[in-house]
Amino acid sequence: MGWALTIDNLPRLASSSVKCAVAVIALVLATSVGPGWLSTIPDWLVFPISQWVGDSLTWFAREASIGGLAVQEITRGFAELINKPIEAAVVILADGLFSGSGLDITQSVPPFSWLAIGGVAIIAAYRFGGSALALTTCICVSFLVLFGLWHNAMVTLSNVLVSVTIATLLGLALGIWSFRSAHVENVTRGIMNVMQTVPIFAYLIPTLLLFGYGPSAAVVATVAYALPPMVHNTVLALKSVPAETVECGRMTGCSRRQLLWQVQLPTALAKIAVGLNQSVMMTLNMVIIASMIGAGGLGFDVLKALRKLDIGAGLEAGMGIVALAIVLDRISQAVAKRAAHGKHREPGQWPLWRLLGLWIVVATGIALVFDPTQAWPKDYVISTATFWNDLVSWINRELYDVLDAFRTFALLQVMRPFRDALAVAPWTLMIGLLTIGAYALGGARLAIYCAALAFAIVLTGYWIPAMNSLYLILISVTLAVIMGFPIGFWLASRSRYQTAANLVLDTLQTLPTLVYLLPAVMLFRIGDVSAVIAVILYAMAPAIRYGMVGMSQVPVARLEAAQITGCTGWQTLRWIRFPAALPTLLIGINQTIMMAFSMLIIAALIGTKDLGQEILIALNRSLVGEGIVAGLCVACLALIADALLKAGAVRASTHGHKKKDQEHGE
Amino acid sequence: MANDIPVSQDSNDVPMLSCRGIWKVFGANKSKFEQSGGSDMTDEELLARGWTAAVRDASFDVARGEVFVIMGLSGSGKSTVVRCLSRLIEPTSGEVNVEGQDLLAASEAKLLKIRRQKMGMVFQHFALLPNRDVLGNVAFPLQVQDVARSQREERAREMISLVGLEGRENFFPGELSGGQQQRVGIARSLASDPAIWFLDEPFSALDPLIRADLQDELLRLQDQLHKTTVFITHDLDESIKIADRIAIMDQGRIVQIGSPEELVLNPANDYVARFVKNVPRSKVVRVSNIIRSATSADVVGDWVVNINDRLADVAPRIGGSTQPIAVQDDGGVTVGYVDRDKFVRILAGSA
Ligand SMILES: Nc1ncnc2c1ncn2[C@@H]1O[C@H](COP(=O)(O)OP(=O)(O)OP(=O)(O)O)[C@@H](O)[C@H]1O
Ligand SMILES: [Mg+2]
Repeated sequence: MGWALTIDNLPRLASSSVKCAVAVIALVLATSVGPGWLSTIPDWLVFPISQWVGDSLTWFAREASIGGLAVQEITRGFAELINKPIEAAVVILADGLFSGSGLDITQSVPPFSWLAIGGVAIIAAYRFGGSALALTTCICVSFLVLFGLWHNAMVTLSNVLVSVTIATLLGLALGIWSFRSAHVENVTRGIMNVMQTVPIFAYLIPTLLLFGYGPSAAVVATVAYALPPMVHNTVLALKSVPAETVECGRMTGCSRRQLLWQVQLPTALAKIAVGLNQSVMMTLNMVIIASMIGAGGLGFDVLKALRKLDIGAGLEAGMGIVALAIVLDRISQAVAKRAAHGKHREPGQWPLWRLLGLWIVVATGIALVFDPTQAWPKDYVISTATFWNDLVSWINRELYDVLDAFRTFALLQVMRPFRDALAVAPWTLMIGLLTIGAYALGGARLAIYCAALAFAIVLTGYWIPAMNSLYLILISVTLAVIMGFPIGFWLASRSRYQTAANLVLDTLQTLPTLVYLLPAVMLFRIGDVSAVIAVILYAMAPAIRYGMVGMSQVPVARLEAAQITGCTGWQTLRWIRFPAALPTLLIGINQTIMMAFSMLIIAALIGTKDLGQEILIALNRSLVGEGIVAGLCVACLALIADALLKAGAVRASTHGHKKKDQEHGE
Repeated sequence: MANDIPVSQDSNDVPMLSCRGIWKVFGANKSKFEQSGGSDMTDEELLARGWTAAVRDASFDVARGEVFVIMGLSGSGKSTVVRCLSRLIEPTSGEVNVEGQDLLAASEAKLLKIRRQKMGMVFQHFALLPNRDVLGNVAFPLQVQDVARSQREERAREMISLVGLEGRENFFPGELSGGQQQRVGIARSLASDPAIWFLDEPFSALDPLIRADLQDELLRLQDQLHKTTVFITHDLDESIKIADRIAIMDQGRIVQIGSPEELVLNPANDYVARFVKNVPRSKVVRVSNIIRSATSADVVGDWVVNINDRLADVAPRIGGSTQPIAVQDDGGVTVGYVDRDKFVRILAGSA
């Protein structure tokens, strides 16, 4: 049982591991006694790729022209165009209209009051999700109002709404096009896959070049980030429309257009709405990062606070984003559910739009006569910022010794030595080990793929920062998995807690990545230790989730068989549960790594020295080529990890099949 | 056995729907199929090319107002045949005529028109649109044809009450039971008043009791509407209950076409015989099958039976009488006699 080391596959297994061992020893010998260029990358292997990329992009933006217009003019014009709806949304939701200029500027028309907008959200929440959702929405709205975050939340909401609208329309169009043509689908799928592995920061740089600094550039970058799930889900949704439903449409005599708009899209709506929900969440995730290139609102508040290390203000604004995220997430999920199962209106029940219209009129009327419902009075704004800041000083005062001892220990005894080992290790040794490992897992193709990606990093000259990223990722993922899986395993056997656990994990994943930096910085100040802690906090959620799912998915029959055989709890875990869960666990590690990468890059803000830092520097100095190439190096690392773990998962699951066949054979 | 009572259908008329030599070979296109031998190909040759012959050489006519049932085991090609008749699936070779028009030669626009005006279809899993309420679903075929809203909703309400769903107009499919959903499917298929009505295993996804209800409902509707009906099922009892004629399919081929009585009394091969073996004959065979002409010896007893009665319904009368019993047609005219021993022999299966 278990790993099935039976007599017949023993020699094969042994011979392949012997081969690998021989190869590793040969490699180590060669790199240690071989010529110098085998251990440190020689100059002739590094090409000025960043420069080429930067020059050609700059040329493309400044010099290239389409139909007599320079590309940059076109894109800047486009930015102007996007600015219009953003401005309109900001006027309606946040600022209102102003008249006059200079110092005697006055607000001539107010925006919709918080009472009106909050009410709309609560009513919609009640209609789609019942009283529980309405209560949640009410709490979130109150939080934003009471803590004086309303105005900035509405600025953020304006950006989010415009981005989501554009991403949805564009995603639908691309999705429909891909659905109709297999050729187009191949192309879009390829592009979307790469887009999803390139770190967010890397998007910002070309966007800045083409669209300039400002809200519209932020929207463009956000749309690029939020587009893939929309396209992906649209294609998937259209493909999953039952064949009979399509036949029904054809039998009624639908033209191609009628079939698409009246049969396929409406039937697919529920699944498309899932894509919409994901797009909304990605947009919110992008809020803080987008503020680096000119989006205002809560995102900018967090960024500002983080730069000043004003933990209290940062936490509050961060919580504001979370409140917004929770409301948008839950309502859009409820809408998706409703799209799947229509519900008839009770007689006398008003249609939603009429109810909302009436409420807006009433609330606006109230706001005109009773000012606090228009703008919450400053004197009544609650703030916990001082509390948090006091807490931080208290921690620094009282716990300094403990925390600092921990920090120093972790840094000097664990992290630094590991980092230095990776940085000093001969590059050929690293690539060689990677290749041997990939070969053992997935054969020659995988080995070549991984080696090529790693070699690409060598050529760019980003090898050392890449090794720094690798060390941070390895440490954080290892710790996230070591802590996350046991929690997941523990939850797997306690189905009572699973719903609650899922809710908590969902909420954790809706938090924007930057928010995770705050508690880490609070305790350990800036540096690698804080970065690792933030990455662990963020990346642990998938480890817990997949640990839970993997362990609860073991077939009951096998567990009973184990019980009958008289296995102890530990034996059952070792021989039955673990092998069955292994493929799922590997996928979980994969997810954890992907999350860790996206967080790691953002952790550059608190002073790491890896690829993320390179991108951040490039962003601050507008070094287009460097930013993009460093971003692509991150993508290479992520793609290697992804390929290795997927091959591992495949192996683990086919291993199980083989075992089953043997059982049948006996 | 000679069946000398003519079926009362206009045999001179062009059949509403007819097909000749329909083949559907998945994996092959028309020219490849014909080049490699077409309808002469053996199973081995088809298999060698990796093709699946879902329908082989199907030919039949469906008369105006007739209920034509296609029956067979799962995978025998029933769904494929019925989809060839509406060109939802393009036949690999053969001919389909709708009221004498060649369907396979029709242009895309013509085909749309024929489907809109002449055809309605009911699906096994209902195929309702989840985002529309009952009214919207039933009105859908008319909306596709750009019928004005008030008009199409009026028609839809008519159809909804025809299938007994008044009061549920504003419910969504997710809020209805399976039986109710299929009633919506039926109403929708009838909304544009099609001449031809396709039903692909419409009741297979329903519980037995609901299924029986809906079969009765179908018979009632058909009594009222006289649609030319092609009904697919794998349930023999169901087909006997509703069919005028049944076609039995086996591995893509139609092995026998006939009335339920013909199938029961004269199965064409073992496959059909095994199918009908457990059918109680008395529930299928009609008096017309055991009638003989009058002789001078006959006296009209106390009891008479109708020529279209099934034997099971008249068994107490025939079995309880030593005299021959007079058989009358629908007009009350005596057209012949039945004898008890003939009746017993038929039920025992030895005639
Ligand atoms: N699109 C397709 N491609 C290839 N083979 C197909 C396709 N559709 C059907 N077939 C094959 O054609 C044969 C007939 O299928 P069909 O769906 O007509 O059977 P059926 O009698 O309706 O069965 P059921 O009672 O299961 O609905 C089957 O062997 C099926 O596997
Ligand atoms: Mg079928």
